Amino acid sequence: MNVRSIFLASALTMTMISTGTAMAARDSISIVGSSTVYPFATVVAEQFGKASNFKTPKIESTGTGGGFKLFCGGVGVNFPDISNASRAIKDSEKETCAKNGVTDIIELKIGYDGIAVANTKTAPQMKLTRKEIFLALAKDVPDPANDGKLIPNPYKTWKEINPELPDTAIEVLGPPPTSGTRDAFTEMVLVAGAEEFDFIKKMAKEDKDGFKKLSETVREDGAYIEAGENDNLIVQKLQANPKALGIFGFSFLDQNADAVQGSLIEGEAPTFENISAGKYAVSRPLFIYIKKAHIGVIPGIKEFITEFSSEKAWGDEGYLADKGMIPMPAEERKKYADDVANLKTM
Amino acid sequence: MNSDNQTTACCASPGLSLSERIGRDLPRRYRNEQRFQRLGLAAIIIALSFLVFLFGSIISSGYSAFRQTYVQLTVTFDKEAFTSENLAAADYAGMVKGSLRTMFPAVKGRNDLKNLYKIVSPSASFALLEMVTRNTKLIGTTQTVWVLADDDVDMLIKGQLSGEGDESNRRLKDNQLAWIDQLKEQGKIETRFNTTFFTSGDSREPEQAGIWGAVMGSFYSLLITLLLSFPIGVMAAIYLEEFAPDNVWTNIIEVNINNLAAVPSIIFGLLGLAIFINFFGMPRSTPVVGGLVLTLMTLPVIIIASRASLKSVPPSIREAALGVGASQMQTVVHHVLPLALPGMLTGTIIGMARALGDTAPLLMIGMIAFIVDIPGGFTDPATALPVQIFLWADSPERAFTEKTSAAIIVLLAFLIFMNASAVILRKKFEIKW
Repeated sequence: MNVRSIFLASALTMTMISTGTAMAARDSISIVGSSTVYPFATVVAEQFGKASNFKTPKIESTGTGGGFKLFCGGVGVNFPDISNASRAIKDSEKETCAKNGVTDIIELKIGYDGIAVANTKTAPQMKLTRKEIFLALAKDVPDPANDGKLIPNPYKTWKEINPELPDTAIEVLGPPPTSGTRDAFTEMVLVAGAEEFDFIKKMAKEDKDGFKKLSETVREDGAYIEAGENDNLIVQKLQANPKALGIFGFSFLDQNADAVQGSLIEGEAPTFENISAGKYAVSRPLFIYIKKAHIGVIPGIKEFITEFSSEKAWGDEGYLADKGMIPMPAEERKKYADDVANLKTM
Repeated sequence: MNSDNQTTACCASPGLSLSERIGRDLPRRYRNEQRFQRLGLAAIIIALSFLVFLFGSIISSGYSAFRQTYVQLTVTFDKEAFTSENLAAADYAGMVKGSLRTMFPAVKGRNDLKNLYKIVSPSASFALLEMVTRNTKLIGTTQTVWVLADDDVDMLIKGQLSGEGDESNRRLKDNQLAWIDQLKEQGKIETRFNTTFFTSGDSREPEQAGIWGAVMGSFYSLLITLLLSFPIGVMAAIYLEEFAPDNVWTNIIEVNINNLAAVPSIIFGLLGLAIFINFFGMPRSTPVVGGLVLTLMTLPVIIIASRASLKSVPPSIREAALGVGASQMQTVVHHVLPLALPGMLTGTIIGMARALGDTAPLLMIGMIAFIVDIPGGFTDPATALPVQIFLWADSPERAFTEKTSAAIIVLLAFLIFMNASAVILRKKFEIKW
């Protein structure tokens, strides 16, 4: 048999691989980070790749935290150039970066994302407050009969929380704790809702751990259903179950506006205009972070961020708005575009 | 006599003879036999119905992605638009918009025009650029071109997006629906076979997205996997089966190989991240690293299959070869290996099919990424077919639903092809001793 040719082939592969490793330079931009920014960053990358002579940047969806871990790993072609984030960089992450020699970081805020609490169009639209959502979803809630005491969440229907809400069972489909959407939802809805109780607010100052546990722990009796990271799945499940509410990003609401509707939160609907004007409470800024040391080493970084911060991308009529990102107000866009043009570091 | 004693001792009805007892039990045994067969048949029917359901749901939601909607435009390549040497600098988007305006001269107002431009895909301008680059003589002429329609229009034509209900809730507005109807009447909108899907890389615009980038990524990764794991796996199997002494060490190795075959694939991904990327400094998201990780995953499968097929070669072959004076190596290379090779190949193909369908190890080494350019080598950033499915399944645009299913159909086709060729190989070369 051709044993000899088999040996030859394997020797060939070995050489191929070793030459591959020897290749040190990189000619395409490497981007990592948030899965919320991913659908927007990829659109810019594609436009950039088609309209310029540079290669299309490679974008990995690793989650904000995972992205910073890679980004802060060091300076050099083996480390990513840009990290997407659905929150601002934390001090601890900056320290890790500095420890590994990543000191000059450019912060670019790109826009906003809203989180919708939605149900199917066939059911009536819900009008909720953050306090009501906290009461519906937290594991322990204040005892209505005994002020200042906590009891395990007794609410089974929305009507028990507020007589004006419909008499349907509380059933909310949402993202699991690993998701950035869940982090943002916890912070902007549950924590904010918990703080509306005076004694809990007091607790936030005195007993930080206890407050964190109370405000961030979601009930586990089946009223909150972790539906996985796939927001499309939540949309489909909402259509099948008119009683359920779902939690997902604004871009999914935008794309499925014929099937699902966003609930009013604090009297405001999750619309493009409301989020952009800052009226809708559950929205968060999106960022990209750029390693200054890589500009000029990896071709195209400067041009890529210029494309990102151009009006045709992030403007009111830009292609990112078409994809469901909420643009910043004009002055804020100008400020960040100037910062980026001057490569101003944090 | 002894057995007689036993039969009387063992059974409760001593009055009956042996044949009577057999005759009494026979109907019950037949019934049991039938029940057992029916259970087996039911198991197969349940499994098949799940399979039919799976295939049915995937094919019914995916087949429409193989057709794509095109819109006919009449584009004027005005000489004045091409002022510089660089053909890419001309305003192709402007030409597309101009052509739409001439088709619908009644449309005025910024918002209405914006809606009108949304009927064709943003890729139309790049299609024009490509046309002109291929044939510069087109400059100064007027041409009819078929360009891709926008994904929302495509969904409407395929009936997956409804044009009914309140206008504010629809992706397509009333005036857009009217224009599309008008285009339909004029025969300027039609669906064709979707070549883009098979020739282009990933895109965030569903109408431009294709699987070719992912197919090439999978191809390069699997090539490395095959070239490494087949020779290494076969050599390891031959040594362990034919040459190695039977002692504690070989037993430990055997246990480890069997153990590795059952290790979840994500662990190989972590290993690959730690060794190939962090220690050897190989580039992230490349088929080299992907292929190496998949090699680690496939090796135990190939070794086990190869050993089994070496074991099935009868010892008489070896004894005969040794008897006429062949050396140990000659025996193996000339006689045992050729007989065992079909079984080894079958094992390899099944191992490769598993590697083709696996996503988890690629997660850790950065192959879950948005990559538009089609990889041209082992060190270009790449994804793989199952990863592409994973990424599309999570995209908000409605049109990606059918693309996801279509990509699954393609992956299944590859898997069926590989597994069928394994069966055919086995049937063709199988030797019954």
